Amino acid sequence: METLRPDVASGRRRFPLAWLGTLPFFAYTFAFLFLPAGNVLIGAFKGVHGGWTFSNITTLFHQPYRNAYETSIEVSLTTAVLGAALGFGLAYAAIRDGTPRWIRSLLTTFSGVAANFGGIPLAFAFIATIGTIGVATQFLKNQLHIDIYGQGFSLFTKTGVEVVYLYFQVPLMLLVIAPAIGGLKREWREASSNLGASSWQFWRYIGGPVLMPSLLGAVILLFGNAFAAYATAYALTSGAVNLVPIVIGAYYSGNVLNNPHLAQALAFGMFFVLAVMMMIYVPLQRRAARWAK
Amino acid sequence: MAYLELQNLHRDFGTVKALDGIEIRLDQGEFLSLLGPSGCGKTTALRLVAGFDRPDAGAIVVDGKDITGVSPSKRDMGMVFQAYSLFPNMTAQQNVEFGLKVRGKSKTDRRTRVGELLELVGLGHAGDRYPHQLSGGMQQRVALARALAIEPRVLLLDEPLSALDAKVRVQLREEIRRIQLELGITTLYVTHDQEEALSISDHVAVMYGGKIEQMGSPAEMYSMPATPFVAEFIGTMNRLDSTVLDGGNGAVEHAGVTLTVEAARGRARGDRVLILVRPETVDLAPANGDGAANSFIGEVITQTFLGPVTRLKVVGGGASLIADVSTAKAATLPVGMRVVARLPAEGARLLELKDGPRPELHEEPAPAGR
Amino acid sequence: MRPKRRIALSAAVWLVLGVAYFLIPLLATFLFSLRSIQTGKCCSLAAYHFVLHNGDFWHTLKVSFLLALETIAISLLLFVPSIYLVHLKLPRLRPVIAFFALIPFVVPPIVLVVGLLNIYRGTPSWFYDKPSGFLAAGYVILAFPYMFFSLDAGFRSIDVHTLTEASQSLGARWPTTLFKVILPNIRTAALAGSFLALAIVLGEFTIANLAQFHTFPIFLEYVNETQPYGAAALTGISFAITWAAMLSLLFIGRKRAAGSGSVIAGVR
Repeated sequence: METLRPDVASGRRRFPLAWLGTLPFFAYTFAFLFLPAGNVLIGAFKGVHGGWTFSNITTLFHQPYRNAYETSIEVSLTTAVLGAALGFGLAYAAIRDGTPRWIRSLLTTFSGVAANFGGIPLAFAFIATIGTIGVATQFLKNQLHIDIYGQGFSLFTKTGVEVVYLYFQVPLMLLVIAPAIGGLKREWREASSNLGASSWQFWRYIGGPVLMPSLLGAVILLFGNAFAAYATAYALTSGAVNLVPIVIGAYYSGNVLNNPHLAQALAFGMFFVLAVMMMIYVPLQRRAARWAK
Repeated sequence: MAYLELQNLHRDFGTVKALDGIEIRLDQGEFLSLLGPSGCGKTTALRLVAGFDRPDAGAIVVDGKDITGVSPSKRDMGMVFQAYSLFPNMTAQQNVEFGLKVRGKSKTDRRTRVGELLELVGLGHAGDRYPHQLSGGMQQRVALARALAIEPRVLLLDEPLSALDAKVRVQLREEIRRIQLELGITTLYVTHDQEEALSISDHVAVMYGGKIEQMGSPAEMYSMPATPFVAEFIGTMNRLDSTVLDGGNGAVEHAGVTLTVEAARGRARGDRVLILVRPETVDLAPANGDGAANSFIGEVITQTFLGPVTRLKVVGGGASLIADVSTAKAATLPVGMRVVARLPAEGARLLELKDGPRPELHEEPAPAGR
Repeated sequence: MRPKRRIALSAAVWLVLGVAYFLIPLLATFLFSLRSIQTGKCCSLAAYHFVLHNGDFWHTLKVSFLLALETIAISLLLFVPSIYLVHLKLPRLRPVIAFFALIPFVVPPIVLVVGLLNIYRGTPSWFYDKPSGFLAAGYVILAFPYMFFSLDAGFRSIDVHTLTEASQSLGARWPTTLFKVILPNIRTAALAGSFLALAIVLGEFTIANLAQFHTFPIFLEYVNETQPYGAAALTGISFAITWAAMLSLLFIGRKRAAGSGSVIAGVR
């Protein structure tokens, strides 16, 4: 079929030009994404006196770094699973039959903002709410005589961080899972009902399995989101809670470790965990897309 | 007694009357098609029977029992949807056995029955495939097998062939009818394709604007349409707006020409009537000076090749007619030729023309119209 | 037509609780910001007064805002031609670039900044010490996935081949085709991506902190450590800015339904 493809029309001379046009892009990502990433990946295995070594990596398995990873992973897993459950519940409530359309729009818009509302402002918002002199703290203490700090709760601990993280995890889940829920065709629900299945049976045999890849993918996304978070934890605890990003940040704000490659090793460790997550995520997405057809 | 009855069903969506007092009776084993344009209410009616929606008034009775309040999962009806209804995470086999699984049938029982059904719909070899690996036609066969697996009392089909290619459509509709006759299952079929409805149904109900325009056998619907809408919707018709000249011998006048139409006998002089003539009954011959009785003289304006038959449009003296002639004959009547178009005295249908706007065949129901 | 039923009870409960959880911190922040410094109770606009009359507030806001504009400009210049070329002539490259867009998930800001600092430490001062150099470079990478998904969706929604060929068959040459035919049609997608980039830059703390620049979020953090009520006021203002950006995004998105742009930025 005759087409007016420019590269064919003016001969092969043009073809390399297209590749050339993408050169700036590749050059840029090489310079500012791959090179730094490479620096981290390679530097993690370098010794202080030159040469290659695994010692940086093995150091990660000792305290306090080991604890940092454990805490980071635990916080990320907790907020990922909890965020996924809550986000799913909220998304389903907004999308199912019976709920007015405008609620879904409103919730999606708000989630778009809330998922972005992280870092410093979010930390403040929670300090203002359930910090030691927060509005809610005082309301509970003065009006309802519940002294949460007296009970042992503190915003400035791992648990506090988890509570705050949920604020952007749940909206993120909602944004990610809403299309998948919306993709559950009405016909499946009706066919299932027509064939005699109860609501529970529908979810067990059809709804659940169809959503599972998307759900798992979302959990992984949320995990990565929490794992890599720095600003919120920093603002909340001023570096008091032991998370890997915080440890890395501490290195650069003056707590000099005599081995610069350790910071790279720490970063490498993060990269490794996230890469494992990514390798589970990609096939899941493919599966989810296939069933969405 | 009728096996499936729809009694005076009403359903409103806001200000729109989707169903305005529908009455239908099906005998056991009967195949009825609900035929009409989009928005006429046919799918609404079907969904009420299936239980996915509740009527605002009226009842649905199956085998003597009122099931209007029964939930869809307990109605024991099999439904085939237009598209997308197969569960994507299950193979064809698993889809078909789903209804049985939910009813607690044993694995061996299920497997046997599923095997039978897949054979019945011609997919014995494809049981292990997933929906996305099946063509549209195959998917609908699986959907049919799945609906039949539970041995339903009534089979409901909601435009099952609309999303398929033309050739597959023809093939599959015949199979659906064959299977339906073999199993003797009472069937309610919704479609907008009149050829489909006419070719496979025992009875056809033409719907428009939430009402049933006419219900009858395919032959009746074709040759004796009761309303202008039905006449237009089923097949192609020549519509001749005429005035009665003499009720005694059935003389009417259209575009200055006097015609004899049997159906006009007994009408009062001056009555305005609509004469309906099927294109295949119009006889064309080259005009050679003398006009014949009951005919118009005109010129062939267009020829449209339809395969076995060619449709000729003849215009002359204020009249415009469509005639279907064999393609061979059409070759002898090229565009531009003067021809005489003879109408049969008998076999033309006559409808009273009420004053007011004639219903046009648009997709949306007309506000006042019919 | 769907039968209109009433909202399920469980759904209503979920929604009410969900909305409450999200609104309460915002409400609390607002109330907190109204406390007077002396009494620790309501009501005073002193916090807002402090913020809005603070020189650093305006200065860092300007720095961040200009940084965002620079990031957006570089991103568009860099990505639009490449994505256009990929869609038009190099479709095999698309999965490659899509894969690139997933890399920031594995190399988040905290990891990226380590590498960036190591590699570019020796570079001239006009790059390494200026936000318009080092920070902008990093921010373009941070914005890249969101820019890519937006622009990609935009290009997919228009039939690039048909438009280009139609334009050329009518006699237009490359620059005309690009500027008069293609660009106007992806304007919505480009704007969407730009607003996301804006939100990211205005909220980015990690790289700025470790690289020791003074941007708006850095200022926010500084105030947090010194002025709690001021911080609350700032939070409110910052949230309002994010809302404005997102609402603009939604408004633009409504004008042209351009796919489902993922509105998740990495401000954590």
